[in-house]
Amino acid sequence: MLKATDLRLTFNPGTPIETQALRGMSLEIPTGQFVTVIGSNGAGKSTFLNAVSGEQKVDGGTIEIDGIDMTRQPVWARARHVARVFQDPLAGTCEDLTIEENMALAKMRGERRGLSFAVKPALREEFRAQLSTLGLGLENRLSDRIGLLSGGQRQAVSLLMAALQPSRLLLLDEHTAALDPRTAAFVLELTVRIVAEHKLTTMMVTHSMRQALDVGQRTVMLHQGRVVLDVSGTEREGLDVHHLLDMFEKVRGEEIDDDALLLG
Amino acid sequence: MSLYTLLGALEIGLIFSLVALGVYISFRLLRFPDLTVDGSFPLGGAVAATMIAAGYDPFTSTIVATLAGAVAGLITGWLNVSLKIMDLLASILMMIALYSINLRIMGKPNVPLITEPTVFNLLQPEGMADYVFRPLLLVFVVLAVKLLLDGFFATQSGLAIRATGSNARMARAQGVNTGVAVLAGMALSNALVGLAGALFAQTQGGADISMGVGTIVIGLAAVIVGESLLPSRKLYLATLAVIVGAIVYRFFIALALNSDFIGLQAQDLNLVTALLVTIALVVPRLRAHWSGKKGA
Repeated sequence: MLKATDLRLTFNPGTPIETQALRGMSLEIPTGQFVTVIGSNGAGKSTFLNAVSGEQKVDGGTIEIDGIDMTRQPVWARARHVARVFQDPLAGTCEDLTIEENMALAKMRGERRGLSFAVKPALREEFRAQLSTLGLGLENRLSDRIGLLSGGQRQAVSLLMAALQPSRLLLLDEHTAALDPRTAAFVLELTVRIVAEHKLTTMMVTHSMRQALDVGQRTVMLHQGRVVLDVSGTEREGLDVHHLLDMFEKVRGEEIDDDALLLG
Repeated sequence: MSLYTLLGALEIGLIFSLVALGVYISFRLLRFPDLTVDGSFPLGGAVAATMIAAGYDPFTSTIVATLAGAVAGLITGWLNVSLKIMDLLASILMMIALYSINLRIMGKPNVPLITEPTVFNLLQPEGMADYVFRPLLLVFVVLAVKLLLDGFFATQSGLAIRATGSNARMARAQGVNTGVAVLAGMALSNALVGLAGALFAQTQGGADISMGVGTIVIGLAAVIVGESLLPSRKLYLATLAVIVGAIVYRFFIALALNSDFIGLQAQDLNLVTALLVTIALVVPRLRAHWSGKKGA
């Protein structure tokens, strides 16, 4: 379970370009739930995700995962509990290393790394079996550099890597945004399958409202560093993209009203 | 070129292949431009020569010199990781600090080893000339180091270090403490350079405060020459390429300095090195340029 409470973060405080990225952001994701997160540019989606992964330190608030306080832990220490797939297909894998070496790295996520060989025969068979489920023929290219793969292939492998080791939370950061529509659909389908198979607690940030409603059990909309919409169950099933758009406009509209009041 | 100069070039080439392996670890695997090498090479020489001259066993002295190199690398890494000093600058700071430290260790600008025992003359079998035995022993040392490195970088820890250099963000997301990985890599890199310095002092009749000048350029030259001779992304081939590069480079230097018609002298060594590195850096780009033009 992820429990983020009253997260606050201001970039460039005290300067003309001061930005309040998170303004009392709170979100709880129960164990096993798949949540999609939407919001306009600058709503705080990525900042929130980076705060949870540890790449971004917060000014205030707490982040707990299964009751463990993570707020002050560095990224590598949180990796024990948190798996992640990046938006940029190049970011989630090491291009200089082979497919099997990348997977071996992920296999040891959060564990003590010793002096035994990273890729052992038994492990290689496990990787081969995992890769064959993709249907991309990668199971025959274990010792190829991962830099030789296409973006979509690398993203698919990244997803497999995220599930090689148990995690308490899976973070997906617009992980289909950089792919062509067909590959994006494939990677999304794979995501749903892997999340279901491993019963992963998942938070997926996305730009696509369609995606946000189609996958997962709950959708959260962020605006100005806060949760402004939180729907699940039957209420969510009745929603369509245009409903979301309307709500989007409403949130923005209210704000304009606020400003109008202030200026008036 | 006589057999004697040929074996001499091989001997120095083998010693510098250890430097080149160290430079390969920092520059290529960790992507840490490390100039500490110019200080840790004479550090290894200074520690080994001073200890041997003081009556310590040459093997112990060589091991201590190697560890001294590791500590130097560790400090450069620490300046960068913990104090957040830019990598290149951190290594320059360490390099100039080592100049004073090396003088302190030796107590004078040079420590000669003329009659003292060395790892070479202790192991030398009866009836074999020293100029034959030294390169022979070094071949074994360098091969052993190469195989150990190949093995290490295939382990979980070694892989973590390579991942840190290749994609630190990804490495952290996989739970690699990248700060520790940089420290370990830098220690390993400079340990090899320290070992090279210790062996160099024992083959060249002593340590000298200026023996480190240009070490980094020679190391880089070896890496670049090796990579252009044997281009490969596979680690065990890359380490082999680096060793071959160091030896080939040394042969070219010997050839240049020993060809009377060119008229070069020993003091032209660094100029020749700089020229060779420039050529090795420019040729691949020119080649790409030309082939690109043909294609268009």
